[in-house]
Amino acid sequence: MSIFVTRDTRLVVQGITGRDGSFHTRQMMEYGTRVVAGVTPGKGGQRFDDTVPVFDTVAAAVEATGANASVLYVPPGLAAGAIAEAVDAGIALVVCITEGIPTVDMVRVMPFVRERGARLIGPNCPGVISPGQAKVGIIPGNICAPGRVGLVSRSGTLTYEVVHHLTRNGIGQSTCVGIGGDPVIGTNFIDCLAAFEADPDTDAIVMMGEIGGTDEQQAAAYVKDRVTKPVVGFIAGQTAPKGRRMGHAGAIISGSSGTAEEKMAAFRDHGIAVMARPVDVVELIRPHLG
Amino acid sequence: MNLHEYQARALLRAAGIPMLDGDVATTPAEAESLARRLGGKGVVKAQVHAGGRGKAGGVKLAAGPAEAADHASRILGMTIKGLVVGKVLVVPAAEIASEAYVGLILDRETQQPVFMVSPAGGVDIEEVAARTPEKIRRLAVDPRYGLLPHQAMSLAFFLYDDFAKVRAAARIMEQLYQVFMANGATLAEINPLATTPEGKVLALDAKVVLDDNELDRRPDLADLRDESAEAPSEVEARRAGLTFIKLDGNVGCVVNGAGLAMATMDLVKYYGGEPANFLDIGGSSNPEKVVNALRIITRDPNVKAILFNIFGGITRTDDVANGIVTAMREFDVTVPVVIRLTGTNEAEALRILQAAGMPALNDMDEAVKQVVARAREAA
Repeated sequence: MSIFVTRDTRLVVQGITGRDGSFHTRQMMEYGTRVVAGVTPGKGGQRFDDTVPVFDTVAAAVEATGANASVLYVPPGLAAGAIAEAVDAGIALVVCITEGIPTVDMVRVMPFVRERGARLIGPNCPGVISPGQAKVGIIPGNICAPGRVGLVSRSGTLTYEVVHHLTRNGIGQSTCVGIGGDPVIGTNFIDCLAAFEADPDTDAIVMMGEIGGTDEQQAAAYVKDRVTKPVVGFIAGQTAPKGRRMGHAGAIISGSSGTAEEKMAAFRDHGIAVMARPVDVVELIRPHLG
Repeated sequence: MNLHEYQARALLRAAGIPMLDGDVATTPAEAESLARRLGGKGVVKAQVHAGGRGKAGGVKLAAGPAEAADHASRILGMTIKGLVVGKVLVVPAAEIASEAYVGLILDRETQQPVFMVSPAGGVDIEEVAARTPEKIRRLAVDPRYGLLPHQAMSLAFFLYDDFAKVRAAARIMEQLYQVFMANGATLAEINPLATTPEGKVLALDAKVVLDDNELDRRPDLADLRDESAEAPSEVEARRAGLTFIKLDGNVGCVVNGAGLAMATMDLVKYYGGEPANFLDIGGSSNPEKVVNALRIITRDPNVKAILFNIFGGITRTDDVANGIVTAMREFDVTVPVVIRLTGTNEAEALRILQAAGMPALNDMDEAVKQVVARAREAA
């Protein structure tokens, strides 16, 4: 079954004719994702690679194709508007890859997303992959394998590093979710933990956090109260200086809050095994798998 | 991006927030004539991105224009927390009856702008929050409706009893909210919000931090960046499209992706080394980016060895390998380099590097151990 993305995902790609959008649409289709439509305003009526119909609006794409999920490869200044458009068209799952969206735009669009009951993943994230079923976003399919470990992470290539260790050691994944490195994101650790806890195809969970904010601390408390499945955690940024943005807009230690030490202590205090190195994921997760 | 006080004042003033006149000076003579124009008695304030400038001697009261020039000559060129002061703000000295705090921050948890106000202003608000939390009131603003009039009034009633001051403060909060949203701030703060003996409410100091993501579409705000206040290597990196942060260690790091870059620094430390920098070259295999990265890293004399850590997901590692080979030919690197590449087309990448006389590894832990050892040998 896995979470968020399955064989039944019918995907519309917003920004399908752009450089990134077209490249990743081909990658997603090659992986087996059902890309049913694309949207680029002004290019409605065309076909992408002679196969995928392109529409001017998400609403038109949904009406014609029954799309139930969207992925955005849209420039940062237009992205929040494109999220709202997808939600307004009734899309239930919106995955926003775009990096660099102004934070006030996200602050303004989030209440709209919540009011309509849609799930936004990202922005500034690599997307979601349920190995062997479908991928929505940019996570490389070749490093993943189907299996029973759920993974949720705030970063991109660090996620790939850990997934790679798992796959190379014969440990497959139910779903890998990149929730994004921005301060304001649609889906947080707790949302993913709840979904993995409810997913009969997930036996254990890997949580990859980083410095900045308190999402990991709250997730740790949630794990103790509500999650029965074993959870293994990692925090990037133990050597990061205070007050500096470490690449991700959200990866910043403000005052003395949001440090790696604080987050790792919260993990330990709430029964989450902490990986000292990315490679440790294998030895920590293996005992929990049948 | 942090703004200087004089820049923050300009944004607040444009929104109508009452404050004293004042302007910046870059020479003692300018400070003198400014003080004269502002009525003689004035305060000379260092414009520098560092807290605690008062304690460092960067804020001085001048009894007249001559003394203002005198203070300016001492403060201009002064170093506060490693930053050289290039400008001073000169404002008239005000008589103050009370000092309050009004701040607006972007709260990650509620995903809303949150007001924090306190009648105990003029001091570090984090200390007030720690010692006397009952003196702080918070209010999250729903961005759909903005700050509603009764909300602004309730915050203002927490600061003042006198109704004229309450009304003035409520108006200032509405204006501060406008400044915050219209300029994409992550922090906008007035500390102190002062009252005068005649009952006026004034912003005496202002601090604004802007969201970096706002700058692309707002060249007017991007122009406010003061590159003299940053490390030269970081300015150079930003111009080259790289994210670079200088640290104190001796192992230079070139990594694709911010999370992996942090994890690489942490692993250097884990194996007994010290990272010299954070550097994310992004998903590109462009040799020019690699050359720029090497130039910036090798300029630091502390760097004794360099580690490349590249995870090729979508990025093909053979492309990256070609980029590294081209860059290393173009740029003469005298310190040892350890290359770790894994992912798409890894075998081909390793062959390319081997052929160019640059053996590479595919294991992150092995590569980090090696680079730490090389840095130690060279130190």
